[in-house]
Formats: sequence, C-alpha cells, structure tokens
Amino acid sequence: MEYKISNRLKIASIILVVVGALLWGWGYSSSHAVNEDNISEYLAAEHGDHGDAHAEEGHGDAHAAVASHGDANGNDHAEEGHKMSHEEHALHQIHNRPYAALYVAAFFFFMIALGVLAFYAIQYAAQAGWSPVLFRVMEAITYYVLPGGILVLLVAAFGGSHLFIWMDPDVVAHDEIIQAKESWLNKGWFFARGIIFLAGWSAYRYFSRKFSIAQDTAEGNSNFKKNFRISAGFLVFYIYTESMMSWDWIMSVDPHWFSTLFGWYVFASMLVSGITVIALMTIYLKSKGLLEFVNDSHLHDLAKFMFGISIFWTYLWFSQFMLIWYSNIPEEVVYFVARIEDYKLPFFGMVAMNFLFPLLLLMNSDYKRIPWFVVMAGIVILCGHYLDVFNMIMPATVSERWFIGAPEIGAICLFAGIFLFLVFRALSKAPLLAKGNPFIKESEHFHY
Amino acid sequence: MEAASKVIHAIYNDDDILMSAVKRVKAAKHHIEEIYCPFPVHGLDKAMGLAPTRLAITAFLYGCVGLTVAVVMMNFIMIKDWPQDIGGKPSFSYLENMPAFVPIMFELTVFFAAHLMVITFYLRSRMWPFKKAENPDPRTTDDHFLMEIAIHNNEADLTNLLKETGAVEINIVEKDEDAH
Repeated sequence: MEYKISNRLKIASIILVVVGALLWGWGYSSSHAVNEDNISEYLAAEHGDHGDAHAEEGHGDAHAAVASHGDANGNDHAEEGHKMSHEEHALHQIHNRPYAALYVAAFFFFMIALGVLAFYAIQYAAQAGWSPVLFRVMEAITYYVLPGGILVLLVAAFGGSHLFIWMDPDVVAHDEIIQAKESWLNKGWFFARGIIFLAGWSAYRYFSRKFSIAQDTAEGNSNFKKNFRISAGFLVFYIYTESMMSWDWIMSVDPHWFSTLFGWYVFASMLVSGITVIALMTIYLKSKGLLEFVNDSHLHDLAKFMFGISIFWTYLWFSQFMLIWYSNIPEEVVYFVARIEDYKLPFFGMVAMNFLFPLLLLMNSDYKRIPWFVVMAGIVILCGHYLDVFNMIMPATVSERWFIGAPEIGAICLFAGIFLFLVFRALSKAPLLAKGNPFIKESEHFHY
Repeated sequence: MEAASKVIHAIYNDDDILMSAVKRVKAAKHHIEEIYCPFPVHGLDKAMGLAPTRLAITAFLYGCVGLTVAVVMMNFIMIKDWPQDIGGKPSFSYLENMPAFVPIMFELTVFFAAHLMVITFYLRSRMWPFKKAENPDPRTTDDHFLMEIAIHNNEADLTNLLKETGAVEINIVEKDEDAH
C-alpha cells in the first residue's frame, strides 16, 4: 500500500506556512512599532487612568528577585533598577511576545514528533503485538524530530534573551541566583547540549527507520533484533536527555524556579500529544482507504493510550501544583501565583481540556472505536497541550501581556504547515505496511 | 423454566471443540441452559449470544456517589461546621482549599466504585460464603467442559447432534430441584 502526497495537501501546507509567516510578521512588526520613544504614550493609552497603579505591581521575576535578594550591595542597586524598570520592562514584554509565540509553536510541534519517537521505541522494546501495522505512520511523524528540533534551537538562538533572561549579560551581572547557575546555564553549553540531544534522538530515528525498511525484504529477523536492541538503548538515553531538555528548553525561562518532576511532566505532555497525532493520522489515512489492515481494535488501543496518558499527565500536573500550593514556599510558589493571577483561563482551561474532556469522552469502550469521537477528543487534547506549553513559556516572557492573537496563531500555522508537509512527504517514502516485521501477522489480526 | 425436568449434559474436553459445538447447537436453534468451564473461554459469551455486562456502568455511577460523599463530607467538616485556620490553609470556601481535598476525593471515588461494583457482582451472580456449590459434574472445575440443554421430547435428536459435535460423554439427567 503506497501513499502519495496529494497536491491538495501540498498546497494546503504551503498556504499554512505563508499565511502563518504573514500573520506572525504582522504581529512582529506591530509589536516592534512600540519602542523607547512612544512606549509612555502606548502604556498611557493602554491603561487609561490606572496606569500608575500598575507600575507598583507586576514586575517580572528578574527585578523582584534582585530586590528580594538585596544584600549589602544589592539593595541600592535594586532601587535604581526598579526606577528605570516599568516602561522598559513593559517594552521588553511587548517585544518578547512574537519570539515567545514562535518558540511555543516550534516546541509544540517538535514535542509531538519526539513523543511519537519515544512511543515507537517503547513498542519495539516491549515487542508489542498490536502496533506494527502503525509503525510506518509513526516513522513518518518522527521524521520531524530533526528539522523540528533544529527549528526550536534556531528560535532559541534568535530569541536569545527575549526568551531566556539568563542569556542577557546585564541581567546575570545583577543576579546572584543566575550567577550560581552559570556553569549549567550558559549559551555555549546550552546549545552544545541541544545539539547532543538532537544528535542522539535523530541517530536513533535514522537507524530504526533504516532497519525497519530493511526488514521488509530481509530473510531472517536480524534487522528486527537490531531495532529491539537500539530501542532499549534509546529509551535509556531518551529518559535522561528528555529530562535535561525540559530543564534547558522550558524550565530555564524561569531561571529562579525549579521543580523536580518537571521532566516527567513535559514527557507526559509530549507522549499524549504524540499518541493523539498517531490516532488522527491513522483515522485520516484509513478514511482514504489506505490502511485497510488497521481495524477498530487498533483505534481502540490508541484511544485507550490517549485516555490513560491524559490521566497520567493530570496526575503529574496536579502533583506538581498541589505540592507547591500546599507548602506555599515563596521561592517556589511564585511560579503558580504568576499563572493563577494572569493566566487563570488558560491555566485552568487546560486542565479541563486535558483531563475532564478525555476522561468523560473516552471512558466508554464503545466510543473509543468511533472515529469522529476520537478525532473530536484528539483535537481538544492537542489544543489543551498547546495551551500547556503556552502556560509554561508565556508567563516568564510576556507576563500579563499575553493574548492568543496574530503572532501566536501565525506561529501555529507556520509550524503546522511545515509539520504536515514534512510528515506526509516522509510517509510517501515507504510502503504503509511494515510487512517484514515478525509481529505483523499478529498485528493485522489484532482484535480486542 | 417450564416443567422440563430432564436435561442433557454434553461433556467436552477441549475449549475449541466446545466453541464449535456451541455454534452448531445455536444454529440448530436449541436453547443452551448453561455451560460449565474450568476457566474463561474467550468469545464463549458472544457465541452463546449472552447480553453484555452492565457492571462497568454501575461502577461509574458508584464512583460518582463516592465523589459526592467526599465533597459533601469535607465541605461540611472543614468549611461549614468548624472552619479553623490550620497552618494557614484557606478554609473560607471549598474551592479555595480544594487541592488539599483531592487525594481524599480520588480515593473515595475509587473505593466506592471498586467495592460497590464487587458487591454488585456477588449479588448478581449469587455468590456468598456457605453457598451450596452448583456443580453438575466436579470434573468441570478441572479439565472438562459441560453444556446443559433442556429436553423437550427431542432426546434422540439432541443426542445425535451433540455426538456429532464431538462430545466425549452425553448424560441424561433428572433435575430434582429447579435450582438457581
């Protein structure tokens, strides 16, 4: 069964990229139209009469932290830093927004591909009997790991201190907390680590794909065995690097804050969005009549994973939130204070979308076999996990100046277009059935 | 059940043969009273045409009850009855202090769903301590499968049919009680 990328899909993805780039560019230019000269008028117009009440509250953690750590020499510095800050600070947030929007979307689509890669490796390492019919779909999605990862790193490089305040030497010079973390958080080491992570992940992807294609025409099972071994090895590598990646790429936007289960939390998010995309693509291809060896039991299994991992995600989200809420230690709790004060709707809306919705929709065994039901739940889950990434990045970069407008939607369209184009082109490179896999017969007859 | 006091017991020693026998008997439009197996035979309920279980639905409803009990209980104790300041926790409203109650809400939901569902299962399948076992043949708890069909003046027909399906033993039994 061959897949050929259709012209309509190509055109649709190009339109997405162009429209996305235009929207984002418009968002960029309108945010950079505000500058040092007109920021005062801008803020006055924005806030009307409560303008100076605002100046009192809500300064990003950089200044607040400097003030609270003011020791002998920090104190007077904090004073002067505070005076200059309000307008400049607002300007920073306004200018950060297009970069942050781009970063959120880049990371969201990248994490889908990486989540699928982990899921794929788990299927091999566990010698799962149900999933080999879906391997080609998974391999197509994981094609995006390398380009998507490079895009994330590029956005991080261009965004620089717009995203990561520890990349700003001025901030670091006055911030002892960041100074203490400089051996980990410095530009060279950050990008070196990123390249090491990406190299490891895409090396696994490259070889597992190669062995999987080779197995199609091979005599024995040697390619499958190789894949089994490298998958087990990759999973060990992955769980370390994924954790470090989440500290680097996400947690370090709040360099004054840390959480120990953060890596797991990001992992759950990427796994559930990855599985959801596998299900959506499978349903799409099956509706085109291209996957007749996939039956509704496979769909049922995917939906079960969507359901289960959604609850796992909620468990980690709640564990992180509740432990910090309960102990209420000021240096930790600022993270959630900022989110609950300025991001109430996205913060709690995300929990409803990622937990309540799949919980109630996908609990019934019969519903898990109905394609449009799974599609509906899948779209909500994907939107929910976009919001999840949004909630992780935005409060640290734009604070209360968030909105889901032109730059955010533009960035989503841009990366969605790239993602669709690359993934479906990768899908057309190989037959849709991995027919040499020793479990393929079992998988074709899988019935639950 | 009508007054058919005689039943036929066909005994099989393989679950695959049993399955095909069930399909034959169903095709010949005989009503199967009961099948006794030493272990669950996958797909037997479908072949017999048994209605799907509604136990999962009851479990969901019991879980909702458990959640309600937890919420009402803690709202009364911690918020309404004696809203103390315990270590600075905000006991002004249920919502403000909710994260602290979630572990109990979760556990009570699971507790109610699990236990009430098990009790429902026991009641519906009539199982309790000191219950008299309903074994027509003790070998069905070890390595034999037994299909029970009521006889309505068709003894010879049925015997032939069951012999053809591969039964290793066929017994005609008088049912002295109208059991279960």
